[in-house]
Amino acid sequence: MKDKKSSPWKSIQIGFTVLLVLFIYAYGFDVTKVNLEELRSERRQESLTRVTRTLAQPDIITYDKERVVVNSPLYVPCPSPSNLPTAEPSFAYLVIEPACANPGEAVQVEGFNFPPNITGPIRFVPGNDPLNVVALGRESIKTDGDGHFTTSFVLPDRLSDEPQHIRVTISQNVGAPRFSQTAKDTWDKIIETVFMALLATTAGTILAFPISFLAARNLMKPVRSPLTSIALSVLGWPIGMGLGFYIVHQIGIFTIPLSENIFINLVSVVTTPFVFWFAFRWAMPPEEIRIPTPSLRLTRIFILFIAILIAFFGFFQLAGLATNISLSMEKSLGSLGFLATFLFQVSDILRIITPALGALATGGALASFLGRIGQRTAEKNPAASVKTINFILAALAGATIFGLSGWLVEWLYQIGRIEYTFWYPVLIGAGLGLLLAAFTQPKATLPTGMVIYSITRTILNALRSVEALVMAIVFVIAVGIGPFAGMMALGLHTIVSLAKLYSEQVESIMPGPLEAITATGANRLQTIIYAVIPQIIPPYISYTMYRWDINVRMSTIIGFVGGGGIGFLLQQNINLLNYRAASTQMLAIAVVVASMDYVSSVLREKYV
Amino acid sequence: MLQVKNLTKIYDGGVKALDNVSFEVPKGQFLVVIGLSGSGKSTLLRCINRLIDPTEGQILWDGEDITAASPEEMRRIRRKIGMVFQHFNLVHRSKVITNVLAGRLGYVNPAWSLLNRFPKEDMEKAIKQMERVGIADKADQRADELSGGQQQRVGIARALMQDPNMILADEPVASLDPVLAHSIMKHLEEINKSDGVTVLCSLHFLDLVHRYADRVIALNDGQLVFEGYPRDIDDRKFKDIYGRDAERVG
Repeated sequence: MKDKKSSPWKSIQIGFTVLLVLFIYAYGFDVTKVNLEELRSERRQESLTRVTRTLAQPDIITYDKERVVVNSPLYVPCPSPSNLPTAEPSFAYLVIEPACANPGEAVQVEGFNFPPNITGPIRFVPGNDPLNVVALGRESIKTDGDGHFTTSFVLPDRLSDEPQHIRVTISQNVGAPRFSQTAKDTWDKIIETVFMALLATTAGTILAFPISFLAARNLMKPVRSPLTSIALSVLGWPIGMGLGFYIVHQIGIFTIPLSENIFINLVSVVTTPFVFWFAFRWAMPPEEIRIPTPSLRLTRIFILFIAILIAFFGFFQLAGLATNISLSMEKSLGSLGFLATFLFQVSDILRIITPALGALATGGALASFLGRIGQRTAEKNPAASVKTINFILAALAGATIFGLSGWLVEWLYQIGRIEYTFWYPVLIGAGLGLLLAAFTQPKATLPTGMVIYSITRTILNALRSVEALVMAIVFVIAVGIGPFAGMMALGLHTIVSLAKLYSEQVESIMPGPLEAITATGANRLQTIIYAVIPQIIPPYISYTMYRWDINVRMSTIIGFVGGGGIGFLLQQNINLLNYRAASTQMLAIAVVVASMDYVSSVLREKYV
Repeated sequence: MLQVKNLTKIYDGGVKALDNVSFEVPKGQFLVVIGLSGSGKSTLLRCINRLIDPTEGQILWDGEDITAASPEEMRRIRRKIGMVFQHFNLVHRSKVITNVLAGRLGYVNPAWSLLNRFPKEDMEKAIKQMERVGIADKADQRADELSGGQQQRVGIARALMQDPNMILADEPVASLDPVLAHSIMKHLEEINKSDGVTVLCSLHFLDLVHRYADRVIALNDGQLVFEGYPRDIDDRKFKDIYGRDAERVG
């Protein structure tokens, strides 16, 4: 241990640090314009008080009102002969003393037979007409327990020969309390908000789950493959995706005439799973001790392919069935019509994503198949011929990547010159591919996993840094103003942030079970299912809950930019200076967020 | 017959964990690997099923070159080599039966694993193996609810599910008390004697070595310093293996 001596140098350092901190905060005050002068001004305080008081009275409950208006005549100024008409005798009446006065003078107003303990405005009604809606003055009266009050009223500067009036208006609640229109609107919107958050969280979780494995360093680091395999996979993706999309699209077209008939729908929806299951079982025996012959393998692949085609046919038929059912149900369901709409929308989603799924599946399958062939080629052939193959394949793969990127650039910026956006990129890509092939050992493995890891991480980080509010603006343009845009924005943000959180959990699992499962001969997929997933379920649930919580909070403000939900209403009311309504909405948000917080903490405790 | 020829492993940091190690294990032998902590025992065992890729050298098993196997061939080789670990390496949150069934993963079609399904024969086999090591009544408990000795039995049952021709045991009893140590070692011995499974086992305690080993190899600082029978380890050999200042315990 060193003994601590207070050296002058150290003191100077501390002093300097303190000065620096002071300087930083001083600058901060200047930049953020900290100024309490405004707060002290009368005007600010008054409006602050007013707004706070309004906010404290959210517009939730309302009553039917009964208004009692009592008018009593008087002269301003006093006429020479006093011929004041007597007040009409009524249930509640006013006595004015004196019955005439000059402007600026006060008269004594006494009220009888009013409802007890109630307040209301007392105002001067100019002109002869007691029903005149124009009234002057801001005074108010308060009745005692007998419904009686006395107040003095200063007359305004309105002169007339005819009698004018003093009016007391009392409004009284009658009947049972009921929810105000604002409360009803708020309820509608808060439900919309909660479900927006629910859908966004669900969609986000489903997609973030697989992505999180790609962004986990410990899983991706051991993934290495030879250049031949990588190049073939790169070629396999676009070809497979194109092919898959085309085939599934064709199936869709083929299905259209068949999907009109609800009977055909039903039959195919019921039978396709069975056909698929039997084909799948035949092509994928659960356990095999001996290595299958190549011809058996080819047959299996073919059967599997047919089975998958049938499965996609089944998907389209399912979509058709849902559409048909929803159309026929719509009329008979009445208030439950949203179920039919739901079915219709689900069928629409099915119809849209089926070709995309087909494209992805075929792309992945072809890429992995070609990758395996590449692996085999690199292992079984002499180095010299592998090198030659690598040159050709790497050039082709590079050209493909750059050609596709060029096409994307062309689509984004519409340059319109094919040599810049296609031919040059293709040439550059091919050149880079050749260089890569030249500088790598033909049989050496490249860190494919780490490349995928880095790309995934970069995309996740880039998207995560864009706030959901900003994404909502883009989606509002894409799908129009409304909760759907908000849901899409929240969903996208959920995917990227959950994928990152999840992947960090994957990175922190215990390596022992991973090692043990690998040692049994399990492949990567099996290792993930049996060693990784059981370990990450509790944190995944916990993070998903937390994210739902965040999404509820976010969805309350996403409406500010047109993303639907309660934020839209809140912003509107703030802009209209309708603070009582805004207060209702703020209260609703607080209640929902607080109860979400409570529910999620209870669930987390129970399941994690 | 397992032949290890000139095996060398240098880690990324430059640490030489194995230095030109060569030895042979006839089929059905109980071979014990001894040596200080950090002498390369674990690395050696993990090189044999290629959980760690050796830097140089060859491992031949029944004539097949493990070091040159492709991923697909590796899957086929690994499923015939069971492995038992010091810290058991069970998946804590899974049930015992699932942990045992995991031993079949090298055989099961990956597409079926996606559905989390095992064939019926495997289920029956799993129950049989759990009975063999005496934990059949624990099948539906979570793995982390079991005691250390029970967890290691699950580990052995998992290895047995593979129908192994060889078992690699990496200090299987180092985290257990002496009584449990013997019961676990007896299971390994029984598997070795009655099923004819080759066992490579690293151990710390010499009384266990004398009791169970057919043959012994010793590593010191990555080098093979002894190869012979347990009775040949006298005081002089002991000091060669464990260093000048070492004293015998047990």
